[in-house]
Amino acid sequence: MKVIELQNVNKTFHRSGGQKLLRHYLEDILGRTDPERFFALKDVSFSVRDGESVAVIGANGAGKSTLLSLVTGLVPPSTGTVKVAGRAAALLDLGSGFHPDLTGRENIILNASLLGFSRRQAHDLYDSIVEFSELDDFIKEPLRTYSNGMMLRLAFSVAVNLDPEILIIDEVLAVGDQKFQAKCTEKIFEIRNQGKTILCVSHVSPTLRELCDRALWLDHGQLVMDGPIREVIEAYEGRLTRQA
Amino acid sequence: MWKGDYLFLLQNLIVKDFKIRYRNMSLGVFWSLLNPLVMMTALTFVFTAVFPNNQIENFPIFVLCGLVPFNFFTVAWQNGTISVANNAGLIKRVPVPREIVPIATVLSTCVHLGIQIALLLALVVVFGRGVNWNWLWLPVVWGLEILFVCGITLMTSALDVYIRDVRYVVESACTLLFWMVPVFYAIHSVPQSYANLYQFNPLAALILALRTILIDGESPTSTLLLKLTFSSTLIFALGLFVFHRLKRQFFDYL
Repeated sequence: MKVIELQNVNKTFHRSGGQKLLRHYLEDILGRTDPERFFALKDVSFSVRDGESVAVIGANGAGKSTLLSLVTGLVPPSTGTVKVAGRAAALLDLGSGFHPDLTGRENIILNASLLGFSRRQAHDLYDSIVEFSELDDFIKEPLRTYSNGMMLRLAFSVAVNLDPEILIIDEVLAVGDQKFQAKCTEKIFEIRNQGKTILCVSHVSPTLRELCDRALWLDHGQLVMDGPIREVIEAYEGRLTRQA
Repeated sequence: MWKGDYLFLLQNLIVKDFKIRYRNMSLGVFWSLLNPLVMMTALTFVFTAVFPNNQIENFPIFVLCGLVPFNFFTVAWQNGTISVANNAGLIKRVPVPREIVPIATVLSTCVHLGIQIALLLALVVVFGRGVNWNWLWLPVVWGLEILFVCGITLMTSALDVYIRDVRYVVESACTLLFWMVPVFYAIHSVPQSYANLYQFNPLAALILALRTILIDGESPTSTLLLKLTFSSTLIFALGLFVFHRLKRQFFDYL
């Protein structure tokens, strides 16, 4: 069964993008700036079957994060179709739903509801989340009293314990101290071994080679290679050494 | 796509806003009461001592019937308008239904509103206008008002993502509105031709209905209720439509 399917997907952005004031629109109309568009993704097609774990590799600005945003349903493609079956949990920017004035507990419940869980599920999962995070008594304190590492640990615990059907990971494999990092990696492998689908954007690392069996190589928005991870990484690294 | 529990999420977002607002105030709920009381006292002083206006009895209650809806409207509208742009982190990272962000902001203001309505009702009783059966209309008129605020906020919050100046337009509109709705003057002081138009403004209609119910002890007229229902539903539908059309490109502008 195909859980993720992209067909001829294009995604363009305005080069000027982002926040706009009325002044910027007037400048556009009066022709002072050229609202140039660029392709973040260009004619990308691929599909991922149930239980596959796929890595997305490529240089900065190759369109990796845009690809994940499309799959997570955060942004529609400019043209083409994106189909996703099942609930995707994204470990994108960890803790984006967190608020510093709320306690750890309140943040867990809020995040669970943001990720689409019902009250019953959220309360059932609460204990396993707290246990995994190893935050103990800090869970009753406001988030602003946490260290950066503690906050990331909490965010990671929420995302992985919410039992996603598709786990989307964006360069967040390394969280907290070495001991906790090992625990995170172990948890991700556990999720994979349960037959869940994983889509992972990360720097090339030994962990990535072990975790994924397939890789997609993006370059300037185009899918240049799709195949077994060993071969794709070899070709990718070959290109890098030639450039150097 | 997001297939979660809407009510659970909405409740959590409302509780979050409420907790954040009150956790940082030492006197908590007291501040919700202070602002309308101060304004009530100031306006009562101006319009009974500086410009004596003998036509209006019970001026403090009369003006509070205007201030409570006006405060709710401006606070909810202004906070709601900036809510989508201010929650960019959330909107760009989590595929929650976008409508829920401005609606939760408006509804969290309702907690604050509940406290002010309690103050208003308490003062009505203290000033000798008792409880009457027409109070049963209160949830209806307030409900329509909340629907209206949700609608207009959906519209301006979506526009604010595209053009950040919208929030300043809303701010000025609120200042203007203080004069354009009958907060401190009676509707019968307004020339008849304008007065009919006033009822199409849901905020003005609510203020008029509150005075009819709480001060005169009568039920609001059916024309007024019809106009209020008509404008509120229309604005809400329009708000949903506009928001739906604009939300697809939010990501690119945040």
